[in-house]
Amino acid sequence: MSSAQIEPLGDCALLIRFGERINSALNARALAVTAALQQAKLPGVRDVAPAYASVCVQYDPAIWADPAKALLPFARIAARISELVDNAAFVPTPAMRTSIEIPVCYGGEFGLDLDDLARHARLSVDEVVARHCAPDYRVAMLGFAPGFPYLLGLDPALHAPRRATPRARAPAGSVAIGGAQTGIYPSELPGGWLLIGRTPLTLFDPARETPALLAPGQRLRFRAMSADEISAGELAALTR
Amino acid sequence: MSITVLAAGMLTTVQDGGRSGHAALGVGRAGAMDPVALRLANALVGNDILVGNVNNASALEITLRGPHLRFDNDTLIAITGADIPAHCDGKPVLPWRPAVLRAGSELTLGAMPRGTRSYLAVAGGIDVMPMLGSRSTDINSKLGGRVLAAGDVLAIATTRKITSENHRVIAGNWSLDPRPWFDPDPQTPIRVIAGTHFPHLDNASQRALFATAFRIDADSNRVGYRLRGATLALREPLELVSAGVVPGTVQLPPGGDPILLMAEAPTCGGYPRIAQVITVDLPRLAQRPPGGMVRFAETSLDEAQTRYLERERALARIARIVAERLHG
Repeated sequence: MSSAQIEPLGDCALLIRFGERINSALNARALAVTAALQQAKLPGVRDVAPAYASVCVQYDPAIWADPAKALLPFARIAARISELVDNAAFVPTPAMRTSIEIPVCYGGEFGLDLDDLARHARLSVDEVVARHCAPDYRVAMLGFAPGFPYLLGLDPALHAPRRATPRARAPAGSVAIGGAQTGIYPSELPGGWLLIGRTPLTLFDPARETPALLAPGQRLRFRAMSADEISAGELAALTR
Repeated sequence: MSITVLAAGMLTTVQDGGRSGHAALGVGRAGAMDPVALRLANALVGNDILVGNVNNASALEITLRGPHLRFDNDTLIAITGADIPAHCDGKPVLPWRPAVLRAGSELTLGAMPRGTRSYLAVAGGIDVMPMLGSRSTDINSKLGGRVLAAGDVLAIATTRKITSENHRVIAGNWSLDPRPWFDPDPQTPIRVIAGTHFPHLDNASQRALFATAFRIDADSNRVGYRLRGATLALREPLELVSAGVVPGTVQLPPGGDPILLMAEAPTCGGYPRIAQVITVDLPRLAQRPPGGMVRFAETSLDEAQTRYLERERALARIARIVAERLHG
């Protein structure tokens, strides 16, 4: 296993970097270190957030000031973190291992770019949907907007370039593909990814006890909803 | 205890030290653009200011043109940050010091002759509903409240720390020296540490980042400043995956115009990180308006940390002195 690099992100944050690739092994290390840091509750640490292949730690340097003034705060906290990094292992919780099912209405008004994706992939629309529903995905990270999950596990046949001109507004619940990534828009946002469907689930609600439906490390699967199984409530959610 | 908004000003929001602990859910910090001005305003009315600017009481962040407010009760206030004309029932209200506004009085805040953001703190803090541990308004992510509008009524948390007896102390003839904390000079360089991908800039771009000035585009806000000036380029394209970013991160999108992230920075970004503004210079940037200029100067991480620690010691000292005056 290659060693992690701990580098400053200014004077109040640092990045622990494992590589520059989207893959499950690097992300597992990021999730492991995140869990270890959350457990360690280091003083002055304000936030710990995993990304695909790195972890961002925000901290207050004043808490890490050296009374002897021999070392500056970054050197002290980096030394402490590197001890944790070496011993961290990713152990998904039982809840993370149980896939959450995400029902999706693919295509039509809910997935305006599905036909374009099928043409790009040289597959039928049904084949695209089948391939998008097949994998057991893992949430690599949340970002871009509160509750926006970036997923690992997309079939390479569905990788597709982003739109040349991003849409000013992608509706809440949009399931989308951008490059090698797939994700879900938790709220109405601008976006350049190809919109292939929409889920009636609410991905982020700050008033809920658990605001984000999906946490980093969570397993999930997509399931195609047929038009006749959509309830009135779901239709309202899909067109929110 | 409450304040009624009679006119909202250009862009007035409730802000505190921002959200912590939810970055893993994609929730950014938000909070005051000029966190030091917020902390000093809070200190001047006896609200706790903690190290690392977290857990600050919430106050009003006022942008370029101020609101018109009615104070429904006797209220201890303080105004810091950008210069802003302030009048209460015709009489000037001096900034950078506590002031008592009587019940029913109206405060009119004008247009800022210098600087971009002022802060108005009240003893006890503004008592809006916290969301994810903070009362700050994240305009872009729609967390917390919204931009204030005429007719809004803001509750003030009651405090027993400042009572009418020490109004006598408050009335003393003193104020903080704003000079270390408010620098409206557009020529002051903004110090940055070279970012992870700075070495990947071509030679001309590495020079241009420090040798030329950038204009803050009109399309700039609390999320970030779009910078226009020299077009910067990498030696060759970089394949990057999204990684953490924070306020002060300077990213370089493919177009070549850098983006400088501010208080409402997202939690991650996939563009090259070419520089990072040092924390003590973020308030300077917060005081530059759209259309204003930015010139960067390179500094070291050691220098950045040393300045940060110095600043925190200075703020702690001021907070102690002010608290002694307020509590007699």
